[in-house]
Amino acid sequence: MLHAILIINKAGGLIYNRDFTEGLAKLTSNEYLVMAGTFHGVHAITSRISPVSPSSGMEVLETDTFKIFCFQTLTGVKFLLITDPSQANVDVPSRRVYELYADFVMKNPFYNPEMPIRIDLFDANVQKLVRQLNAAG
Amino acid sequence: MSQSTARPSSSLRRPAILERNLSKGRSNEVSVAAYAFLFAEMLSYATKKSSGIQDMEKKLSDFGYRVGIRFLELIVFRERPGRRDTRLLNVLSFIHSTIWKTLFGKVADALEKGTENEDEYMISDNEPNITKFIAVPREMSQLSCGAFIGGVVEAVLDGCGFPARVSAHSTATDQFPLRTTILMKFDKTVLQRDKTFEAR
Repeated sequence: MLHAILIINKAGGLIYNRDFTEGLAKLTSNEYLVMAGTFHGVHAITSRISPVSPSSGMEVLETDTFKIFCFQTLTGVKFLLITDPSQANVDVPSRRVYELYADFVMKNPFYNPEMPIRIDLFDANVQKLVRQLNAAG
Repeated sequence: MSQSTARPSSSLRRPAILERNLSKGRSNEVSVAAYAFLFAEMLSYATKKSSGIQDMEKKLSDFGYRVGIRFLELIVFRERPGRRDTRLLNVLSFIHSTIWKTLFGKVADALEKGTENEDEYMISDNEPNITKFIAVPREMSQLSCGAFIGGVVEAVLDGCGFPARVSAHSTATDQFPLRTTILMKFDKTVLQRDKTFEAR
């Protein structure tokens, strides 16, 4: 079960966040920004303190009520997927979201790189994808 | 040219585009992603160089016109050598099927006659390949990126001897948010000529 998707640009700024499950506790928009920045920093630290380098940095953050999966692209964009604790992995969903990002964000001439994503077509396709994934279990 | 002289031994390689036979190109396909990036660049060029939305659509349509006028030559050579359509409906269905299939890999979704005016015809595409990834921001909602396709159609009509004023409109529906309609308003000489043919 996928609860939310966040996209963080390579400088640590939050450029997209969307919740998909009703009735969950929400953060304020400012807290989202802080969380994205903090995660970005922690991620950088985890990749540096690894005894064996190079390291990809943190990939999963696990608690008893939720999991955060982090998928970092080669260009430094991070996709955070917040899910149920029962979710085993998100290899397929994160790649699909990346695909949508490449198609509907990067190929859109009206989008400025590194800026917040406000694109209806991307929104609609992400919603559709998440509905599909959550329905499939 | 420089490519082929640099690698003379690679006979298995496909020859450079200028050396290929014109008629053997039916299955030539271009990457959608490469095209999408090129079109995105054309759009931002048009945005930068124009003063308003109408001006921008004019620029896009001019780009399309340059494509269309060359493309017509090639497609007539490939698909129907020695034939020329003289009737309006034949030309329209030529655009609707042959041109669309070669450009976008599918037939256009609708070809209709305007209900209000006799001289108007419309071709609609539910999901045009070239604008598949483009979401126009709200402050520019009148802009239709299909103006490029409109330009192509205008050039083809001009080249066939059927001058018309062509415009592109977004006719989004819930099912097809990217649906685009190309509206063709024909010159009255065209309709007169068609009537003369009919009388014969």
